[in-house]
Amino acid sequence: MIQAILVFNNHGKPRLVRFYQRFPEEIQQQIVRETFHLVLKRDDNICNFLEGGSLIGGSDYKLIYRHYATLYFVFCVDSSESELGILDLIQVHLEVVFFIAPKVFVETLDKCFENVCELDLIFHMDKVHYILQEVVMGGMVLETNMNEIVAQIEAQNRLEKSEGGLSAAPARAVSAVKNINLPEIPRNINIGDLNIKVPNLSQFV
Amino acid sequence: MVVPSLKLQDLIEEIRGAKTQAQEREVIQKECAHIRASFRDGDPVHRHRQLAKLLYVHMLGYPAHFGQMECLKLIASSRFTDKRVGYLGAMLLLDERHDAHLLITNSIKNDLSQGIQPVQGLALCTLSTMGSAEMCRDLAPEVEKLLLQPSPYVRKKAILTAVHMIRKVPELSSVFLPPCAQLLHERHHGILLGTITLITELCERSPAALRHFRKVVPQLVHILRTLVTMGYSTEHSISGVSDPFLQVQILRLLRILGRNHEESSETMNDLLAQVATNTDTSRNAGNAVLFETVLTIMDIRSAAGLRVLAVNILGRFLLNSDRNIRYVALTSLLRLVQSDHSAVQRHRPTVVECLRETDASLSRRALELSLALVNSSNVRAMMQELQAFLESCPPDLRADCASGILLAAERFAPTKRWHIDTILHVLTTAGTHVRDDAVANLTQLIGGAQELHAYSVRRLYNALAEDISQQPLVQVAAWCIGEYGDLLLAGNCEEIEPLQVDEEEVLALLEKVLQSHMSLPATRGYALTALMKLSTRLCGDNNRIRQVVSIYGSCLDVELQQRAVEYDTLFRKYDHMRAAILEKMPLVERDGPQADEEAKESKEAAQLSEAAPVPTEPQASQLLDLLDLLDGASGDVQHPPPLDPSPGGALIHLLDLPCVPPPPAPIPDLKVFEREGVQLNLSFIRPPENPALLLITVTATNFSEGDVTHFICQAAVPKSLQLQLQAPSGNTVPARGGLPITQLFRILNPNKAPLRLKLRLTYDHFHQSVQEIFEVNNLPVESWQ
Repeated sequence: MIQAILVFNNHGKPRLVRFYQRFPEEIQQQIVRETFHLVLKRDDNICNFLEGGSLIGGSDYKLIYRHYATLYFVFCVDSSESELGILDLIQVHLEVVFFIAPKVFVETLDKCFENVCELDLIFHMDKVHYILQEVVMGGMVLETNMNEIVAQIEAQNRLEKSEGGLSAAPARAVSAVKNINLPEIPRNINIGDLNIKVPNLSQFV
Repeated sequence: MVVPSLKLQDLIEEIRGAKTQAQEREVIQKECAHIRASFRDGDPVHRHRQLAKLLYVHMLGYPAHFGQMECLKLIASSRFTDKRVGYLGAMLLLDERHDAHLLITNSIKNDLSQGIQPVQGLALCTLSTMGSAEMCRDLAPEVEKLLLQPSPYVRKKAILTAVHMIRKVPELSSVFLPPCAQLLHERHHGILLGTITLITELCERSPAALRHFRKVVPQLVHILRTLVTMGYSTEHSISGVSDPFLQVQILRLLRILGRNHEESSETMNDLLAQVATNTDTSRNAGNAVLFETVLTIMDIRSAAGLRVLAVNILGRFLLNSDRNIRYVALTSLLRLVQSDHSAVQRHRPTVVECLRETDASLSRRALELSLALVNSSNVRAMMQELQAFLESCPPDLRADCASGILLAAERFAPTKRWHIDTILHVLTTAGTHVRDDAVANLTQLIGGAQELHAYSVRRLYNALAEDISQQPLVQVAAWCIGEYGDLLLAGNCEEIEPLQVDEEEVLALLEKVLQSHMSLPATRGYALTALMKLSTRLCGDNNRIRQVVSIYGSCLDVELQQRAVEYDTLFRKYDHMRAAILEKMPLVERDGPQADEEAKESKEAAQLSEAAPVPTEPQASQLLDLLDLLDGASGDVQHPPPLDPSPGGALIHLLDLPCVPPPPAPIPDLKVFEREGVQLNLSFIRPPENPALLLITVTATNFSEGDVTHFICQAAVPKSLQLQLQAPSGNTVPARGGLPITQLFRILNPNKAPLRLKLRLTYDHFHQSVQEIFEVNNLPVESWQ
């Protein structure tokens, strides 16, 4: 199962931190830092699989990461393969399938935010959590059908909006974002099959 | 005046505006103070916003515990906005260790039974993330009801929550097992995915459940087949593979169900073959499914043809351009090489190709796999590849590669000559990285191959003439030249071109080794002895040799000096004995009955002998001193050959030890020394099948307050006995009962002469160096009778 999902940028600043196993706060922060250091050391042309650091339970844990432009998406998984005490003939060191999970997550983000970029993650940390909750739940993959996920999120957003009140004030948010120092973001981020552009700000919810 | 509270985005903007860590801290602390005040005031309208901000700063690492109770209030609110943030806060901030967590049980119960779907979803999500055992027990009935609700959204979440509950409270398996059969009939992928996960969890926990679920194998096969043959579907496909997650989960479950079960395995066979052949492997998703298929095939009782197919798939993975795939393939093939050796053999060429990888982790895996694939039929070809690899591989792999080659050569050498050539090549390429016993092994090998003496010495001479820096090579070469110098000079050898070697050249070469800065003391010892031996092998007069010997009589190195003086004496006073003393060495006998076991366990022996290398020369010379002390005689010393029989001996007695059954009557231990908290104990073992042998284990313990360092223990026995010292486990004993040093003495007493033992200890303790020489009294009679 998935033990943790971490998203941080090239400087190690956390953008999303979600643990599916309980750790005290200081340990959580330490894990984020340690993971960042481990992942940063990796050259771009070697495997995207890593043995996890010492804090997350030792050698049974692997880190699977993907580097998208300015963000690292790291899934910390365990190799839940030993069953019923029977000697495993093949002990898999790497969960190839989880290699796909970051991609699914990012693509979902892309659909929900319409060409997501790091700023979206920064300013809508709560919404990113809600999206993640529709993909992974309790450390297990819940749903991979993107249409379903997006439909759910939109339904929930509508529910929130309909309750009105203070939560529905997009104009203020947009003006706040407009004052951000934009040049620090690359204009066009090409990461293989995902094309991330700097977003159209009026679509911020 | 009430300051309107910041929106989350505003706060984030402010934090990002902070130029330094200190500024950021200031901003956050100010905001947290506002948030705390707001919580105290109990403002319901802004509460969700405050909590959202708090969660943000929590992610950055700031304390947020004062928000825990607010989560409860938000969850209890009727607004969706509040619940959303409240539940998120519960998942991020609350856990089993806080008593507060039980308080949300009631809210969750209400939401599960009466809430709208999104709310039910939130509640289930929270329960599956932080639900404790008590909560799970309380809420199991609610979750069970939701399993059969019409809405797939809620159902799929309920199923995964059930998985979590079973993990926390295993007894709940009985509650969640019955619905599974029906759930499998659903078509919604989310539900199926959850159900398969649930069934997997149940099977992992109970053999009874495993047996129960074997009957759904046909159904699983059907589902998977539908997925595989289904056309391209935008909804679930990732890179053109329809729902790879579901496929992988089903394959995993099939693996568990099919293990050690003929019938189930048979049911799956066709499908697995189909998946293996039809999956598109151009993208990662396809590879993931394929990989899982391979694992399943190898783990169940599959048909032989299918297993070969699986191995071939792995072989294809090896050619994949993606490094990750190649790495995974190599790792899996390594696991399979024991059980499906011939199948993996077919991919040997590809594996060997991988040796040329630039990625170090890949080439390391390839090396391990290549070594595992060497057998008697491919040994020549493989050795060629491996030796080529040795020349160019990264330094950290050199030692492993060299020892791997030597081991493989020992096991599969087609001819002795080939074996000698191989070792020679390894010594010239990676001489500094070979293990200590390589020298011993090679001399043993050469010594045993009488027909190859001339060939060996010729090749070694040539190699030595080119390069005298690789110590193991130099040692072996020096030894051979000394032993077989006459063959070298005779000049006729069928195996290689005849070479005229001049006596003077040979002597010059050995002198060069002797004088070189690169030569280790041990090497110089070899060279000096070789020179000495040549005095009987060569035809000319021995003036040159005598000159060298007498020069080294005043060498600063004690060992060389000792030897030189003795050789000199040999020339001057005992010339009549010289020929006899310097005769050709008899072949070192390996213990008879152990010989077969040795051949099989040569690998372990090689590893074991690493742990106890031959004692170094200086110890031997100081031993002679102790012998003098014991017997008072000198001069007429039977000069021990520089290369003890111990290399073979080391192998013998190491193999001895595990095979030795406990002696019939244990000899009591003996405490022989104590000083200021440092103690020395002797324990005795007499192996029953070798009555002349006595093994003494010396244990040094330290109960004082200061560490003992540079500890050296030497021993001497009467001349009629033979003593061998093995290297100690270390030379430091930490204070206050730290890990003791142990050392093994091997004493051969064929004449059952009374045992006398003199010990000499030197060590540093409390910043003073201590030296103690004493004879051991009260040696038990059983140790030598």
